[in-house]
Amino acid sequence: MTLDDFALYVIMPILALAVVIVFVRLVRGPSLPDRVVAIDLMNTLGIGIIASYAIATGQAAFLDVAIAMALISFLGTVAFAYYIERRV
Amino acid sequence: MQDLLTGGLMLTGALFMLVGSLGVLRMPDLFLRMSASTKAATLGTASLLIAVAVNFGEIGVASRALATIVFLLLTAPVAAHMLGRAGYFVGVKLADATLIDELAGNYDLETHILDSCEPAQKSQSLAGHSDIQ
Repeated sequence: MTLDDFALYVIMPILALAVVIVFVRLVRGPSLPDRVVAIDLMNTLGIGIIASYAIATGQAAFLDVAIAMALISFLGTVAFAYYIERRV
Repeated sequence: MQDLLTGGLMLTGALFMLVGSLGVLRMPDLFLRMSASTKAATLGTASLLIAVAVNFGEIGVASRALATIVFLLLTAPVAAHMLGRAGYFVGVKLADATLIDELAGNYDLETHILDSCEPAQKSQSLAGHSDIQ
């Protein structure tokens, strides 16, 4: 098994399973901050999926997408937290 | 050798992220869930990005992966702190197994400022304040 196959057939299913597990919490989450935590974790999992896809395809350019996604995820979480705190 | 190192780092990172998401599903409390997601998932992402740096073995790719790791390590605690603070103000229920809530009564719910003085002093200052009014 080459490294590409390992990334595609072992790592990606593990990360996809993790996304499904987090999605259960996103649907079920009793309060709004729980859902924001789930969305933040899904963004982090997306960064991991992009990194493993970069290894699977051999395209290093996907790393720029990962950097942009990390930036947007941080801004989104901070904005959600700000408005949750102001809403009270 | 390089492939073995890359595969091991990828597997470690993916398993850490799986454990983090399991923690988000199974923990009883918002704050415990945040502890699982922030620490385990950040470590897993950092491990996957180091795997990318090892796999390509170029200085440009490695520096970009390192920049992403540093950015994640800087921003994850800030975002988690803001979210936990917001959740505490909203009044998220703590887990049933919680023994003590050290913050109870120390936050001013009007001004959102943490009042760090002792409870006795605080009641005195509040009484003095009401006298002035």
